[in-house]
Amino acid sequence: MDLKQYQDVWVFVECFQGQPKDVGFELLGQGRLLADALKQKLCAVVIGKDVDEGIKGATAYGADIIYAVQGNEYANYSSDAYGYAFLELCARYHPNTILIGATANGRDLGSKLAICLNTGLTADCTALSVEEETGNVVWERPAFGGNLYARILCSETRPQMGTVRPGAFKKPEKFQNRQPVMIREVIHTKEEDILTKVIDFIKANDEAGVKLEEAEYIVSGGRGLKGPENFAMLQELADLLGGTVGASRASVDAGWIPQTKQVGQTGKTVSPKVYIACGISGAVQHLAGMTESDTIIAINKDATAPIFDVADYGIVGDVFEMVPAMIKEIRVSRNLN
Amino acid sequence: MNIVVCVKQVPDTTEIRIDPVKNTLIRQGVPSIMNPFDKNALEEALQLKEQYGGAVTVISMGPEQAKATLREALSMGADKAYLVTDRSFGGSDTYATSYILAKVIEKLGPFDVILGGKQAIDGDTGQTAPSIAEHLGIARLTHVLSIKIEGNKCIVEREIEEGVEIVEAKLPILCTATKETNKPRYATIKGKIDSLKAEIENITLADLPDIDVTKIGLKGSPTRVKSTFTPKRQSCCEMLEIINPRETARMLFGKLADAKIL
Repeated sequence: MDLKQYQDVWVFVECFQGQPKDVGFELLGQGRLLADALKQKLCAVVIGKDVDEGIKGATAYGADIIYAVQGNEYANYSSDAYGYAFLELCARYHPNTILIGATANGRDLGSKLAICLNTGLTADCTALSVEEETGNVVWERPAFGGNLYARILCSETRPQMGTVRPGAFKKPEKFQNRQPVMIREVIHTKEEDILTKVIDFIKANDEAGVKLEEAEYIVSGGRGLKGPENFAMLQELADLLGGTVGASRASVDAGWIPQTKQVGQTGKTVSPKVYIACGISGAVQHLAGMTESDTIIAINKDATAPIFDVADYGIVGDVFEMVPAMIKEIRVSRNLN
Repeated sequence: MNIVVCVKQVPDTTEIRIDPVKNTLIRQGVPSIMNPFDKNALEEALQLKEQYGGAVTVISMGPEQAKATLREALSMGADKAYLVTDRSFGGSDTYATSYILAKVIEKLGPFDVILGGKQAIDGDTGQTAPSIAEHLGIARLTHVLSIKIEGNKCIVEREIEEGVEIVEAKLPILCTATKETNKPRYATIKGKIDSLKAEIENITLADLPDIDVTKIGLKGSPTRVKSTFTPKRQSCCEMLEIINPRETARMLFGKLADAKIL
């Protein structure tokens, strides 16, 4: 395999019902760094029934080239149709690197592409860099519940591929007035080749307020909260900050709060402006999902809790005293009562 | 209904600790368990069997000790178990592992439904199961909540970030299960006793004559681990004194305001 034939860093800008997901833009930010290090172009791939919003987003977040594939068969994700379209693009343009968001569909698509292209795929990367002498991407990822990190290479085959969790990186700054090269490819997947068909969709109950992955302020509760009823005060603090509530695995496993609120290796990865950990000891599996936060505040009775190792501000104290005090303080400062 | 479930024996990652001096993983004394999501997959298989008849086969790739996990699967109600084991399989990444398991499934099949967990809690990739489907050239649906069989088709509820998709697919199909799929049953005492007597056959390289040996093991794996490290936590945490809670809260918000964080 002549690796030099493979050029450019591709980012899959995944859309749902025509709306691009943030993870695609987060990846354009990382893809830019890789593309610059490799001295190659940054390309976005948009597939769908409606591709306009995806193209707009990819333009604003800095793609040099946008490949778009449009068709009715791409209205919903299917491994077969999306896989076929993406593989056709690969056959025509030979990418060097492919980045995909580690969503339910992204992981599925990544697996299909890697097997069909006989190449390597690294899951859930948390840091990406380029080995200068070889041009290999160094894919860094946690394993064993975040207890161990590995640097992985795909040195013999191209494209080299990886998935990255939503929220693991921040979106880059938007560009104004950028004009990427627009390449629309006509690729249609045969009806009989699509083995799975979405026949209905039930929208998830919109979580009241801000989504965890998109929140700028997160107030998270752990075992130290002692019961489900005590999440109410976290919610109040989160509401005052304009954020949302998160949780550790311990409190999810105890059934105090739904799994959708779980932050960590087996939950969501978040990188808010401020993360307030209340009564969370800081098991590695939790830390794996929140250490990218800009500012971490930890409140815990146990001064030796590992959460203090990653926190910027620590309070060794009782959450049942501290959280109400913080609420009161904000209310007073805003003349709320 | 012929069903095969892929299970993995994993270290209980919640029990893993880091050696504070050497900064390495302490694996000694960490219990080995059936990957929790695979247990959901097995439960789903057992429920399908109860509803539509048939047999449930369980396969696992790993060393001899992974038979403990296969016995657990038998004790829960699986009919047959095979250990996929060979020195030449060692060091396989998800590409090579899925290729080997696909070859095993071809040998043992045909199957109508192939099940696995959405990911293993040690590697956490979620790639092996959908990759098996790709090697086999069959339909796949990840993160399923329920499976209904209707003739040679199935109707599957699939969970994605935005909600639940109802998907129709032709059999054979590969599905992955999550914690939300079901609540795995406990093994019965009789099941446990029977599983101890059950014979678990090994499937080795010699049993897979048409396998392409350039695609297995460390040599057949396109990805390679360059290095591993344990995350270093550098403590730069500013501890706030507790005078009284209100005072501390004020101090905290003052500092956040000074740093232009809030």
